[in-house]
Amino acid sequence: MPETFRLDFTVNGQARSLDTHPMARLLDVLREGLGLTGTKEGCGEGECGACSVLLDGRVVNSCLIPAVQAQGAEVVTVEGLAAGGGLSPMQDAFLAHNAAQCGFCTPGMLIAAEDLVRRCPAPDKEQVREGLAGNLCRCTGYSKIVDAVQAVARKEGQP
Amino acid sequence: MIGASTIRKEGRAKVLGTAKYTDDLDLPGALHGVTVRTRCARGVLRGFTFLDGVPWDEITVATAADIPGRNIVASIHDDQPFLVEVGGTISHPEQAVVLLAHPDRQVAEKARGLVRLEVDELPAVLDIPASLACDPVIHGERNVLKEILITKGDADAAMARAARVFEGEYRTGAQEQLYLEPNAMIGTVEEGPAGREVTVSGSLQCPYYVHDALIQLFGLPAERVRVVALEMGGGFGGKEDFPSVIAGHAALLALKAGRPVKIAYDREEDMAATTKRHPSRTRVRTGFDAEGRLVAMDIDFVLDGGAFTTLSPVVLSRGAIHACGPYRCGDVRVLARAVATNTPPCGAFRGFGAPQSLFAIERHMDHCAREMGLDPVDLRRLNFLRKGDTMATGQVIKDDLDLAGLMDRAMEEIAFRDLQKAYRVRNAWDDPIKRGVGLSVFMHGCGFTGSGEAHMASVAGVEGREDGTVAVLAASTEMGQGKNTVFCQIVAETLGLPVDLVEMAEVDTRFVPNSGPTVASRSTMVVGKILEDAARGLRLALLQGGFLAEPYTPAQFRAAVAAARAKLGSLKAYGQFKANPEAAWDDKTYRGDAYPNYSWACYAAAVAVDLTTFEVKVEDFAAVQEVGRVVNPTLATGQIQGGVAQGIGWALWEDVTFREGRMVNNQLTNYIIPTAADLPHIRVAFLEAGNPFGPGGAKGIGELPMDGPAPAIANALREALGDLRLDEVPMTPERILQRLEEARHA
Repeated sequence: MPETFRLDFTVNGQARSLDTHPMARLLDVLREGLGLTGTKEGCGEGECGACSVLLDGRVVNSCLIPAVQAQGAEVVTVEGLAAGGGLSPMQDAFLAHNAAQCGFCTPGMLIAAEDLVRRCPAPDKEQVREGLAGNLCRCTGYSKIVDAVQAVARKEGQP
Repeated sequence: MIGASTIRKEGRAKVLGTAKYTDDLDLPGALHGVTVRTRCARGVLRGFTFLDGVPWDEITVATAADIPGRNIVASIHDDQPFLVEVGGTISHPEQAVVLLAHPDRQVAEKARGLVRLEVDELPAVLDIPASLACDPVIHGERNVLKEILITKGDADAAMARAARVFEGEYRTGAQEQLYLEPNAMIGTVEEGPAGREVTVSGSLQCPYYVHDALIQLFGLPAERVRVVALEMGGGFGGKEDFPSVIAGHAALLALKAGRPVKIAYDREEDMAATTKRHPSRTRVRTGFDAEGRLVAMDIDFVLDGGAFTTLSPVVLSRGAIHACGPYRCGDVRVLARAVATNTPPCGAFRGFGAPQSLFAIERHMDHCAREMGLDPVDLRRLNFLRKGDTMATGQVIKDDLDLAGLMDRAMEEIAFRDLQKAYRVRNAWDDPIKRGVGLSVFMHGCGFTGSGEAHMASVAGVEGREDGTVAVLAASTEMGQGKNTVFCQIVAETLGLPVDLVEMAEVDTRFVPNSGPTVASRSTMVVGKILEDAARGLRLALLQGGFLAEPYTPAQFRAAVAAARAKLGSLKAYGQFKANPEAAWDDKTYRGDAYPNYSWACYAAAVAVDLTTFEVKVEDFAAVQEVGRVVNPTLATGQIQGGVAQGIGWALWEDVTFREGRMVNNQLTNYIIPTAADLPHIRVAFLEAGNPFGPGGAKGIGELPMDGPAPAIANALREALGDLRLDEVPMTPERILQRLEEARHA
């Protein structure tokens, strides 16, 4: 077994440091190492997107990323989205539009949605659907999720 | 409160990521459990050996020899063991033989690969034709798990008199529920003052099913077994009966280890080993008079039940009762059989047998219309059930029923006739994209079939808490459908309170009564009605006890609850299911009122098929349903949209492939479910009608959306592809190409 190494990175704005195995998955480091269980494992092969997190501002499937790749990086998980005890506008819209049903895809879906709106501030329905196609949801049929994302985009697009 | 789009009760925790699902719980000292499976479709287990490579002395091992009670997973028939015994029969490749647990998940995984089974293999039965041919016999005398015959009038005589007779065969494949959260369960066994106590908590739909299974596995009295339903990442029926198996495994390992044990399946194991939708084969023969009125129906409906009986008899029952669709016909015969094969047992999945038989009848009606030179819409209109008509089981439609109006509304929603006209013109052009529009009309019986609810006699309650708020006591579980919210709305409405003063109590068999399983679109209609009664009881107790006077404000209600609790110690009121005295059902003859009520729907789909790739895209979809009163329009719409997405997936892409009884595409890379980019916006409309059985008039909602999409899409594809018939689900590009090739060579 290869030796452990010290992983230093920033998670949700906080500097974190822990000993882990170089090939440990970022997902396991977050969930088991740091107790950030908001990030879920749905398939373990990068297909469902439930484990999506932001790594230096890019959406990644944390089940595919070796932890070593997060060395010195900035990671944002669902736990990092809420600001000042309240919900982020996207979380608020997901709640208001019933975009979270069983809620298991929701953390990853929120990460992907936040990233989408940042990259494309006023997406049309098709752009939202394309933008979220890496995140599977089995409950909603996606319509309410698309509504929620568009509601945020509209609000933020206003002067 | 009823009729308001109240925000989902547990929604805030879900969007914050703080909601704790089973595998999110980190129990100090807990072990990780894994399962060693047979990997052989049929045979006899001779023994097993443990190969070198892991420290076996650190690993907890449990086998059938460690079971304190019965080695049977409690269900309808006692034919499924928790673990295969040495010398016992192997009936499918995913049966559990040995359970292992270790503090380190990786070590447990490695150990799993180091158990060798010694097996004498036997020839297996792998599909419906082989099972029907008894080649070989693997169950009973002729491989039949359950047979049902429904007769009304004389189908043979009527068929002989018919002006036209049509036949068709329709097939549907297995479908994986694919809840996003794989199955997970935590077992704990402790020595209490009265002896051994077993607790299991996890992802499960039916706490009291698991409770019953554990009582029998451990041979313990009910009060020393406890089951807790945790946050659940979807179920769709997939967590109805299978969790009993995992719960038993986790608890057995916990007994052996003397420590808590968590078993969390990964996606591949979950897909391979757990239940799926039953594959089906339906032969439909119908006779019509000269005007196109149905005069005879003869339906032969077969489901592949897999290796054990599990829930197949009741899935079969629902499929059989729905087999005639929403049509009036005087003379009917439905022969329904669930047959055994050497694949993992099939189980509950949204729709529960009805999607299979409704696909057949709704495809068949389109086919008959075209053969007779009639418009499929007109043929349906001519034959719809109406108030006063008698269904196949003899149930009389007592409510006002306007299926033609429902169909018109769905057609309007999608501009059916305009699309049809435009597509017919454009399909003649030299363009590889062909388009079509099609529809299906169907119903879904609400609640358990027949006398099921009366036998179950469910109980639910409400409790006034110390702070004056009210808790809902029910064993019904939240899996995303919105039960937490809807139950609170029903109780709040009955008590005249704002919904934030009502909360769900934790679903723990130690504290909540048995309100029955969370299945069959029964929660809102059946349990909701019981809760309405219970809440009335609480209100009456407060009023008559002098704690409260009408009219009251929420603050006065809270004060009254607090005062009553302080005086009485506890403040609980319960309700119990009351059967409709006018409803009658005979399980032996299959005659009578099969359901207290039906929900009705028409779904319309506009599709495009690319004749270069044979890929199908659903471009528009309208779902219109009459479901009684809608308790929460936003949640109900979301549930329908999600169900339709699952139905579209089943229709077009979801193709469970078995090889020697094992699912071989048990990964999300090769089992394809729809993404956001694959689906249109799903239009949803509700028509409301009265229903005396449900709270505020509500009926069941959740399963309708699985029944309608596949036949609507198949009927639309028939329009797009001219004379080509697609009578098999899923309609993958490969199948469409194959049918086109066959048609070309015919």
